[in-house]
Amino acid sequence: MATMEIRSVSKNYGTIRVLDDINLQIGDGEFIVLVGPSGCGKSTLLRMIAGLEEITGGEIRIDDRVMNTLPPKGRDIAMVFQSYALYPHMSVADNMSYSLRLRKTDKPTITQKVRAASVKLGLDALLERKPKALSGGQRQRVAMGRAIVRQPKAFLFDEPLSNLDARLREQMRAEIRKLHRELGATSIYVTHDQVEAMTLADRIVAMHGGHIQQVGTPLDLYDRPANLFVAGFIGSPGMNFLAGDVAGGVLRLSDGRQVALPETMPAAMGGATLGIRPEHVLPAPAGQGALDATVDLVEPTGHGIILHLTLAGAVFKVLTHDRRWLSPGPAIAVSFPPEALHLFNAEGLRV
Amino acid sequence: MTATRIFGTLAHRAAILAFITFALFPLFWLLKVSVTPNDLLYSEGVRLWPSATTLDHFRFVLANSEFPRFFANSLIVSGTTALVSTVLAALMGYALSRFRFRGKMWLAGLLLVTQMFPLVMLVAPIFKILSPLGLTNSLTGLILVYTAFNVPFASFLMQGFFDGIPPDLEQAAMIDGADRFTAFRQIILPLALPGVAATLGFVFTAAWSEMIFALMLISGSEKATFPVGLLTFVSKFSVDYGQMMAAGVLALIPACLFFLLIQRYLVQGMTAGAVKG
Repeated sequence: MATMEIRSVSKNYGTIRVLDDINLQIGDGEFIVLVGPSGCGKSTLLRMIAGLEEITGGEIRIDDRVMNTLPPKGRDIAMVFQSYALYPHMSVADNMSYSLRLRKTDKPTITQKVRAASVKLGLDALLERKPKALSGGQRQRVAMGRAIVRQPKAFLFDEPLSNLDARLREQMRAEIRKLHRELGATSIYVTHDQVEAMTLADRIVAMHGGHIQQVGTPLDLYDRPANLFVAGFIGSPGMNFLAGDVAGGVLRLSDGRQVALPETMPAAMGGATLGIRPEHVLPAPAGQGALDATVDLVEPTGHGIILHLTLAGAVFKVLTHDRRWLSPGPAIAVSFPPEALHLFNAEGLRV
Repeated sequence: MTATRIFGTLAHRAAILAFITFALFPLFWLLKVSVTPNDLLYSEGVRLWPSATTLDHFRFVLANSEFPRFFANSLIVSGTTALVSTVLAALMGYALSRFRFRGKMWLAGLLLVTQMFPLVMLVAPIFKILSPLGLTNSLTGLILVYTAFNVPFASFLMQGFFDGIPPDLEQAAMIDGADRFTAFRQIILPLALPGVAATLGFVFTAAWSEMIFALMLISGSEKATFPVGLLTFVSKFSVDYGQMMAAGVLALIPACLFFLLIQRYLVQGMTAGAVKG
């Protein structure tokens, strides 16, 4: 177990800067999720922590030791790859014990550790099999087993669940969370899936365009997104945005209609974007809410209904659990509870 | 199964059979002449199999000719060349496949350029270089030249095999606590065995049948390899076809054995199950 510190780290590929001035403190035993769209630099950052990518600038420290020039083997970290990267010519047991054998651990200890890990992961019946004789979920477990037999200082996960089907992913997600609670090891988990991020993380690091956009607990990011990117990325379906001008305590939309802002928000600030999550919007029959909108599509998901609307020329979604809205008619009205509104300035930052 | 499909399958098989016959016929002829007694060789006309067969040619070649020495020389030269070339090519191919380094494009280009010249052009300069070093008329010299000429192509061959192995595997090994060379040796190399076998086979056969350099760099029968040795069956006034063919058949044996030995590694699919589901 370990603490980690990332100090103004940057990464260039040739002249292209893919990571810029990354700063992050990770506490002992913390579960950190790096989340962002593909190409945001999250995997690169993880691979730099692992020692698989060179660090262009800044410092990465584990337990106060600078790691920059240390090869991966000197960092005492374990990593689970998206592709699992199991050694195809070795049995499950050999895959799991490879790191221990490299460390010249004595045989009884190896057997005991592999056994313990395989029981924990339900792999004890598969120890003699080769990876190609395993299902995707089993391979994923072996990859996890290979990481935990070592009891490393930290675990790194590079989109470990992306190759699994939805049900298995849900199951493994819960297992990873449980495993982390048992082992208590510092973990950094990369994903593009915001649901994984929300459910797994102690703290989420939202990344975009090589920059950290926001660091906080899952509910921090959900309740108080720091900018438009985080607001739109966290949550499913994503947050609705209404662009306009703020003056006299109201937001004037592009089509001239107005939305009253709560008093806690600035009364005048020029160009701004108002955000509200689909699940916070209150639908009502046309004419009985703050704004009317035309209905484009009704998506029943079973546990809820997603209404796709057009409001002021933009897509606007409403998530409701009231089955009355299964057949809403051509138009409905929407209202916004004041406490659920988010206001962003012209630069996209939260006000 | 419809008639057209049956016809298609038959035509396909027939085409394969025709090709195999075409490719193997010279070998059959080699075998046929090697067991034909001398007195029947010219008297019987063209026949698929002689009316009487004999192993005399083989006996003579093994007991009375210098062929066993040629054979041993060839074995030493080809075996060593194959081994050294493959080791070098594996390291080179790995570097080309995995590392980014300055001048990589130039290096790869240069390797290709070496493949563009007809060997004959280079015989004289090579002789000029090896002669003062005392490496003419020596098996070492021959090994050196063969290795030099085989490494570039063998490197590309190996690079192709390494490219097919996901880099995730050695990265996982390096995180598990291996340095790069250990990861290469314990993880990547076992998976590249089909490539290693193919490269060994390719270089071995190339060196085994090489003629030009063997002829130019070696004088006398002491250090002659088998292709050069075959010429000793051509005398001023006659060619002893029976013995020559018998020697040829014997020379095929190591190549066949070699491929028999490595064929199980030539079968692909070792990396199945390494990544994804």
